[in-house]
This record gives sequence, C-alpha cells and structure tokens, in this order.
Amino acid sequence: MAMKFEKKGEGLYLLDCQGYVCPHPQLYTKKALEKLQPGDVLEIVFDNPSSSESISAMADAAGYDIVEQQQDHGKFTWKIRKAA
Amino acid sequence: MEDAVNAKNRRWAFGIIGFFALVSVATYAYSEYYIYLSAYLWFGLIYGMCLQYGRFCFASAFRDLFAVGVPRMVVGIMIATILFSFVSAFVTATGMSTFHSAPTSIHAVVAGLIFGVGMVFAGGCASGSLYKTGEGNGVSLLVVLSISVTQAVFVDIGGWFNKLVPEAWHASALAKKLPPSITAGDGWVDQYLAGYVWNQPIVKFSKMLGLKDESLAGAFLGDFLVGVVLPAALLLFFVYFFWVRKNYRKKLLKERSGAVTFRDELAGYWKMIISSKRTAIAGLFLGIACGLQMFVIEGLRIKFGVKNAGALLSKMGHDFGLSVSGTVFDPGYWYVTTQEAQWVGWVFNKLGWNNMDNIYFGLNNGIPNPAINPADWMSLALIGGAAVMALLSNEFKFKKPTTELAVWAIIGGALMGIGSRLGLGCNVGAFFVRVAMGDASGWLFGFGMIGGAFIGVKFFNWWTERKMAKEMAAF
Repeated sequence: MAMKFEKKGEGLYLLDCQGYVCPHPQLYTKKALEKLQPGDVLEIVFDNPSSSESISAMADAAGYDIVEQQQDHGKFTWKIRKAA
Repeated sequence: MEDAVNAKNRRWAFGIIGFFALVSVATYAYSEYYIYLSAYLWFGLIYGMCLQYGRFCFASAFRDLFAVGVPRMVVGIMIATILFSFVSAFVTATGMSTFHSAPTSIHAVVAGLIFGVGMVFAGGCASGSLYKTGEGNGVSLLVVLSISVTQAVFVDIGGWFNKLVPEAWHASALAKKLPPSITAGDGWVDQYLAGYVWNQPIVKFSKMLGLKDESLAGAFLGDFLVGVVLPAALLLFFVYFFWVRKNYRKKLLKERSGAVTFRDELAGYWKMIISSKRTAIAGLFLGIACGLQMFVIEGLRIKFGVKNAGALLSKMGHDFGLSVSGTVFDPGYWYVTTQEAQWVGWVFNKLGWNNMDNIYFGLNNGIPNPAINPADWMSLALIGGAAVMALLSNEFKFKKPTTELAVWAIIGGALMGIGSRLGLGCNVGAFFVRVAMGDASGWLFGFGMIGGAFIGVKFFNWWTERKMAKEMAAF
C-alpha cells in the first residue's frame, strides 16, 4: 500500500503509512507535522512497531500532544495535535 | 474480541517456546552434544525477545537522530554496550572469553560506511531485520535474504574482479602459504583478506595502556573503562549537546524562570538516558545475556573437550561442510551475518558451486547443513523470540512488501552484505561485540556506520520530501 495523506475535516489530516518500515513512518510524520498549522491534528496509521517509539519521542521533543493512541492486530492509530 | 485475539496470540507464543523446548529435549535425548546447539538457540530466543521489546535496531540509532532528532537508540545501544562490556570484562579476566580481535585499519571505516548506507535503505540493521522478520515483516525477510545471498556470492567472486586486486595484495596473499585447497591468489575477497586485512595490526585499549587484556586491570581498566565507558559517555554528551539540549532548555525555561545551571544540564543528560524505558531495559538484558553467552559456550567447550563446534559435529557424524581446518563458524557470542552467508553457501554448494576453495568458507567457517549449524539455531530462535514478544504485545502482523520497499530492501541488504564481509562482521559482530571487548576496530566500523547513516538519511529526506510534496499538492 502506498503512503496516503488526506484532509479528513477542518484541522484534521490523515497520514496512512501502513506497510512501511523505518524510517518512512517517522519521516513522513515529521514532514506532515511541519506542513500543518498549529492546533491541527494529524491522525497517523502505521504498522511498524519500532516507529512508535521514534514518533512518540519526536512528538515529546517538539512539545506536541499525542491525544489518542489505539493499537489493534499490529496496526497503530495515533492522533497528534501540533502545538499552538 | 480483543481477549480472543490475545488468547490466540498467547497460544502461538507459547507454541513457539514449546517447539524450541521440544527441539532441545528431543535432540539432547538423541545426543548430549546437541546441548551446545541448544545453548545458542536459547540465547538467540532471549536476543529476539529483547530486540523486539526494546525496538532495538542499530540502524535507527544515528538514522533517527539525523532524520527526526530522536536519540533513544543511541542511548540504548550505549547502555547495552557498557553492560555487555562489564560482563565481558569479568569473563575475559577469568580466561573464559571466546572473543577474537580483528585487524584495525581504514578498511573498518569503509566497511562501516557501506553497511551504514545499506541499513538505512533496508529499514533495519542485520539484527534488526531478523527481529522484524519475527514481527511478520516481509520487507525484513527480503533484507535477510539479500544479505545472505550477497555475502555468499561476494566471498567467492573472482574472474574479472581479480584484475581489481593490487599486486601487493596478491603477492602477500600467496606468501601466507595457506592449505592447497584454498586458492588464496584467486578471488577478490580472498586477496583482500590474506593480502591486506591480515597484515593490519590488532589494537586493543588494554594493550595500548601496556596491560595484558586477560588480566583484571586490562579487562576492567583498559578495555571496559577506557575503551568503552569513557568514549560512550563522550558520545552521549555530544548527542545531548547537539540534539537534545536546545529543546530541553526551552522546555525548562517555559516551566520556570532563572538561568539554566550545570545541575540542570546534568539532569537533562540523565533525562535523555532514561527517556525510553523500553530501550534502556532491553539494552540492560541484552548486555547481560551477551556476556553470559560467552561464559556458557566456553564452559560447554571445556565440558566436551573441544575448541570449536566443528569437532562436535564430527563426533555427531556430520562431516559435510567442515572447513579445511575441521572447524565451522562458532563465535561463542551473538553474531548475525556469517550464518546467513553459510546457509546460502550450503545451498549453492549443493547446487554444484565449488565455494569451499575460498578463505571465508573453506579455511575456518565452513558451510555445515543449516539444520545442525549452531549459529543458524541462534538466528532462527532470534526470529522466534521476536515473534513471541510481538504476539504477546499484539504487535504481530504479516506485511507483504510493496515494490518500492522491496527495491530498497534488496539494495540495502546487498550493501549490508558487502559491508559486513569487508568489515568482518555486521553491526553486531564488527561493532557491538568488538567495541564491548575493547577492540579499537569496533569504533572505526561504528564511525563508518554513522557516516553511512548520514548519507542514507540525506537520500531518504529527499525521497520522502518529493513524495510528500505530491500528496500535499492539493492543499
């Protein structure tokens, strides 16, 4: 499955990186967050477990909040709010 | 539903452990020598569990630092290396070490550089690709296959490639007077090894300080303290100063007013060390297990009165694939790439390729049947151990490689295969183990890997930027 980035609603964007290994999910997440406006929420879907550690560390360092974390059958769905 | 899935996962996880237990018991009942292979197996299982739990991949260390500014894996690797080195120092001082130092020269940097680019392309280092295979990742399995095939081909490459060998290497290789079955003057890697690498000095920190490496002072003061703890602390300080400090100070000043003191800086350094609990815990167990494996394997060698598993295989009636010295690859510690080359080498040999005339397979490592190769037991169990952890944490998922990722996997695996043969090991054998044992060539390979990671990240930054721009064109 190819990487997908789309607008889901006002201030809510989806980044689907399923099937991708490191470093793709964390790189795409970083680039997507850079393009978003402060306060926007990015929903990331990925299935590479090691990316979870890198994405959470990256969000922590940048001061972004991970507002939702779900995990099912090896599929991770996280929502990150870009700091205002 | 969630509970049902977990129950199914648990059944699979305990099924894997039960299978390995059955293999150990059944083979031991057949011949007690199999306990030697089982020791490799259970350490492999521990490595796989630790790697998956801590998302412990050497590729992510400097790659994630350069790409997204995350230092957690550099920290984890340094913790594991320090602990492994501490346990190893004890093992060395008691004369139970199975470690062999490697020649030190610029070749280790070049090898590390090629390996480093490869591991970023592949999405994981040699050990990382093994554990991710255990998570059900098809891309990682492709990487493992690519590393395996590339090595098996690369070590026997001759013909036109002989023209690229400097005359001095050729003459020096012939002068080594290797057994007649080894054609040291034919083959690029043979002449690189016997004509260049073997002529380079062995540099250990203990010896640089004028200490005997198997003495208490040599092992703890030279190889552990000076060779590992001080450089690791310095490296982590460097990482803190350039990647972590700015954000830490910014956050601190947001929370309170006043100047940032030296005590605050130390607290920031410590915060970086403990920032990823999972990685730190995995590093701790990994380091201890690595040291213990040397102790256990050497103990078994003493028990069976052998110095290498080749002698055990002979006693068990398996003569095929032993090297001209009667040995097989039997490091006695964690290793990844040679057993991968061996199983493909064994397949090639069975298909009619005479690959026992090269130094790599023919002189020491051999190409035993993978079913009785101790190091292969370790790697398969590592995949199994990672699968157990992934199943128990509901992270196991079969993932088919896409064409894009398959291309990166094959290219990255091939570069890692070449890098590991040039460096006489991968991120584990040439870096982790050697650094922990106070061997300077380990740090050289590591510096090369850092350079390679930088190049790989530069490329992927460009690649992902390009793809992201296309996806975002509509916004």
